[in-house]
Amino acid sequence: MAGLRFDLRDLPPEAAALRTDLRAFLAEAGRHWSPMVRAYSWMGFDREFSREVGRRGWIGMTWPGAYGGGERSALERYVVLEEMLAAGAPVGAHWIGDRQSGPLILRLGTEEQRREFLPRIVSGELAFAIGLSEPDSGSDLASLRTRAEKVPGGWRINGRKVWTTNAHRCDFMIALLRTAPAPDPKAKHQGLSQFLVDCRSSGITIRPILDLVGEEGFNEITFDDVFVPDSLLVGQEGNGWEQATAELAFERAGPERYLSSLPLLTAALDDLRAEPAAAETVGRLLARAGTLREMSLAVAGMLQDGKTPAREAALVKDVGNDYEQALPETLRDLFDPARTPPEVQEMQRIMTMVARSYSLRGGTREILRGIIARQLGLR
Amino acid sequence: MSDDLRTILLEQVERLLSDQSGPDRLRANERGEWPEALWAEAEALGLPTAMAPEALGGAGLTWGDAAALWHVLGRHASPLPLGEGMVAAALLAAGGIAPRPGLLGLSVGPEPVAWGRRAAALVMVAGGTVLLQPGPATRQGLAPYSREPADHAAPGVPAEEGRLPAGFGPDAALLAGALLNAARIAGALEAVLDMTVEYANTRKQFGRAIGGFQAVQQLLARAAGETAAAAVAVANAGRAADRHGLAGAEFEIASAKVVAGEAAGTCAAITHQVHAAIGFTDDHPLHLFTRRMWEWRDGFGAERVWARRIGTAALARGGDNLWADLTAR
Repeated sequence: MAGLRFDLRDLPPEAAALRTDLRAFLAEAGRHWSPMVRAYSWMGFDREFSREVGRRGWIGMTWPGAYGGGERSALERYVVLEEMLAAGAPVGAHWIGDRQSGPLILRLGTEEQRREFLPRIVSGELAFAIGLSEPDSGSDLASLRTRAEKVPGGWRINGRKVWTTNAHRCDFMIALLRTAPAPDPKAKHQGLSQFLVDCRSSGITIRPILDLVGEEGFNEITFDDVFVPDSLLVGQEGNGWEQATAELAFERAGPERYLSSLPLLTAALDDLRAEPAAAETVGRLLARAGTLREMSLAVAGMLQDGKTPAREAALVKDVGNDYEQALPETLRDLFDPARTPPEVQEMQRIMTMVARSYSLRGGTREILRGIIARQLGLR
Repeated sequence: MSDDLRTILLEQVERLLSDQSGPDRLRANERGEWPEALWAEAEALGLPTAMAPEALGGAGLTWGDAAALWHVLGRHASPLPLGEGMVAAALLAAGGIAPRPGLLGLSVGPEPVAWGRRAAALVMVAGGTVLLQPGPATRQGLAPYSREPADHAAPGVPAEEGRLPAGFGPDAALLAGALLNAARIAGALEAVLDMTVEYANTRKQFGRAIGGFQAVQQLLARAAGETAAAAVAVANAGRAADRHGLAGAEFEIASAKVVAGEAAGTCAAITHQVHAAIGFTDDHPLHLFTRRMWEWRDGFGAERVWARRIGTAALARGGDNLWADLTAR
């Protein structure tokens, strides 16, 4: 097949002790997490929790020690991610910085930016948001219109970003902005640049958007003559599209792309013993979970080898999204309101709602399948 | 076997099948014509007995090596009962019996024996013992989907028997057969996906290749995901069998059979949909692969059988152990 390989990877021996530490920590920290917290997991925002995770060295684990990083392997980091997600931990206050913004700054940022931002991401102090989508630019991201104009000493931003998860609680965002007009409508990927923007800058208005669950999970951000100094341009001016695409590959590469609803299966399992039809369904779900885990590990292994597995990550995210999205529906068929514990039913209901986002965030199913189709050679 | 040796072996098998198999060969199988030349070549390469240790005349191929080989075999729709023969030889050797020349038929429970009419001997597992019964299997039949010979033996008296090592367990033959079929499905999935991508890029409607339509692209991307998942599940099962023995790898083998079986259903539907009417004809080779995928997903335990097994085990272990068990491998 057209070159998508997933070589099995073994976790390094150090992973076992790390996993034991994580489980002990999460068992203690998670004693009072409600079904809502567990169902919301990585959209949940808990600064105290993130600082504690940072204190234990579980953020920026693979980054150089000079910036506070742990210099551990991508596979050890994988263990941290999968344990957090399997427990339904509220990781939102450090997730984006650890997964996307930090790696981007590390790869393309100036030395000054690295020293300024990375240690504070590592400690769990600095929360990041993703400034990509706009009201008129979703899947067609390159059509975005929020612009940064050159002014003495920096840039002046005007426009709007939307769907930025937790931006109203975050400290910084990395925004993709238009710094030059596209040379022609077919080359709209040109003239884009990325900036580090302080979410509390003068001229920024953040309006939380209530989501269908009833939470203020995401936002609309209005930029009205917001000044950003030259020192906060990330990477190269005009190279923003390539940079943001690589950033999205980081986003898609994680195990969160199949584990979002696993806490429900864990919570429901004991109740399902009373349901005769459950064995087969649970078996099918576990067969896929184990397989998706091996696929995710293969992607983590590619990251460890210094590769950029963008297409492989898109494929695993697509298969994983189908899985995690179907799980609450599948289990619903096995529940009995008179038998199933109320908190399990509550988690199922919340996940039914939250699961709509699984195949939207980080690239819709349709966009991902377009990427895979191109990889297959369809044109 | 080292990675290098495995690569060389897989290339040899790929070359053999590319050169000497194809739709004509598969159709001949369905007419009951034994693939004499192909089998002779396979024997010349030592493939049927390759899983026996060197001391018993084999090459010491592991389950992981074999799963990779069966994947290649599946890519060519398995034009000879080599996988079954390899499993039978592996079981015999594990029971301390040197595999004999000629086709060894694999007999698992009530399931028919592929090409049993040609088998020099039949191999089965009862309890923890491997049994060898003289062949052939004389009650001739046809596999319902693949229409290849699938025969039954009259009850006989075992000529030889050997105790299997503990790691094989009472279901060794069923587990090995499930790994074999999952691997062949994974290979066949790649073949039908490649075939369909090529067709979609060639077939023109509304003035353009149908592969340019998003509706078609979305379908094939989904098929690619299922195909990749099946391949990973199979490789994982082979690795687990090498590490934990067949019985110890029940979760991974069951998972591979479930995932590959589900993928077989999904991808057969997608590839036929994209091929449309031409793929529904006898002339077109697509069905030579899809019918075998349907055959293999039923053989050696369908998805529901294996899913129930691992599901029952997980329910007994309870929610507190679910994640720990999943990550214990």
